[in-house]
Amino acid sequence: MRPVGTDAAGALERAYRDEWSSVVATLARRLGDLQAAEDAAAEAFAAAARAWARDGTPPNPGGWLMTTAWRKAIDQLRHNRAVAVDPQALLDAAAGAGTAPGTVGGDDRLGLMFACCHPALALEVRVALTLRYVAGLTTRQIAAAFVLPEATLAQRLVRAKRKISQSGIRFEVPGADALASRLDDVRAVIYLVFNEGYAASEGSQLIRAGLCEEAIWLGRLLHRLLPDDTETAGLLALMLLHHSRAAARQDGGGAVLLADQDRSRWDKALIAEGTAILDAAVARRRPGRYQTEAAIAALHAAADSVDATDWPQIAALYGALARLAPSPVVEVNRAVAVGMADGPHAGLAVLEPVLASGALTGYAPLHAAHADLLQRAGRADEAAAAWARAERSLGNAALQHGLRRRRAGSGGPP
Amino acid sequence: MKYALLIYAAPGTSPLPDAELGEAWVAYGRSAKQAGILLGAEQLAGADTATSVRVRGGERLLTDGPFLETKEHLLGFFLIDVPDLDTALEWAARMPNTAYGVTEVRAVRTGTRWQAALA
Repeated sequence: MRPVGTDAAGALERAYRDEWSSVVATLARRLGDLQAAEDAAAEAFAAAARAWARDGTPPNPGGWLMTTAWRKAIDQLRHNRAVAVDPQALLDAAAGAGTAPGTVGGDDRLGLMFACCHPALALEVRVALTLRYVAGLTTRQIAAAFVLPEATLAQRLVRAKRKISQSGIRFEVPGADALASRLDDVRAVIYLVFNEGYAASEGSQLIRAGLCEEAIWLGRLLHRLLPDDTETAGLLALMLLHHSRAAARQDGGGAVLLADQDRSRWDKALIAEGTAILDAAVARRRPGRYQTEAAIAALHAAADSVDATDWPQIAALYGALARLAPSPVVEVNRAVAVGMADGPHAGLAVLEPVLASGALTGYAPLHAAHADLLQRAGRADEAAAAWARAERSLGNAALQHGLRRRRAGSGGPP
Repeated sequence: MKYALLIYAAPGTSPLPDAELGEAWVAYGRSAKQAGILLGAEQLAGADTATSVRVRGGERLLTDGPFLETKEHLLGFFLIDVPDLDTALEWAARMPNTAYGVTEVRAVRTGTRWQAALA
């Protein structure tokens, strides 16, 4: 035991960050009930606050918490058999009473992630559950980040926990046949959290920007748990590479476009880390949407200026992305890249079908890209009209927010 | 766990002729039976034949028709026993009506007081 004293509080804080979600995950898997798991974990942390201050921090805080929480859970089961716990869990609990888990299983957090991101839950519910139980954010923090009343969010979580336990959503890694699509769902939730932070609107900028860090934390966890999954690596690389530009993306006046960013303010450590993770993933030759988007971000990150950017390669990657995950927004970005690589006429040829489809009529980046290509093609009058359309599209503040979000989601230059 | 798979569709919207639709349900029911998950299944008479009953102030009030007027009617249900929601959702997705209607999956509660009283 380490000396008794003020470091007990610090140890508890570290243990909370490191162990809380692991404790919740293990209990949830064993009990099949997230609420019961959360309650037992809360009791264990309360007990730790008392015991550690008195006796000193135990040598294995995670193990101490796990053992204590498990004991609390069993007490809870014995005292209240009417709780919404599967009777089988009760039997398992009795059987396991003597052998509390000594180690904190990282694998249980993977099962917890799959449960929190289950497709039978509404998307906003998946996001809230993942941030609360996997990332360990408080209800208040999540409510603030999504500009919701705390009571609304708390209610949403209560309902979600009830649905998970009563509808039979398991805290387990799905079988091989469902794994790929369920893993897609988990990654989508993490990326959604990242984009919510990336698109931080003015009023709640600081709180929301924290969502990027949380998403990266979740991405690191998933990557650590599934090191062989190339798309998870791609997602982590993509988030790191985008986040490397965070300081340069904002100035006093608002968002700064990629072309105008001070590249000396890009975070070189994040770029190096993201690029290394991406390179290792790409070497396995299992391409996917996230790896492709990360590769585009990596090419931007490697360039000293817009002119020095490898536009032919970026255009080719957008072509690959359009096949993997086709969308009009990807086509707009591809048109910009083709316009840089092969000249404005080639870019306009890519853009024409998007313009004709009318799919993105209110999307300012479409009109801005169109205007820029027309300008460079020497069609000044048409360019002026396109710029006017771009500005009209940006007039609405709410829309502007949405545009940025989609821009962040498209992974490329505006 | 037990699940009720509640079968909904708007009448007359099946793209299949009646005979083929019937065959599809037979095949589905048979596969559920063979998988050993089938606890029961019923097909309901049309929603237009329903009678809804309320008792208010001691008085019985009858309404001619279903209590909810929806485009898609409850046509019947399967009761199955499978390990978890994912498996139940797979069985739901295989139901012929899901191609044009919808199946609602509801877990069945167990261990309630009234069930214990009836046991």
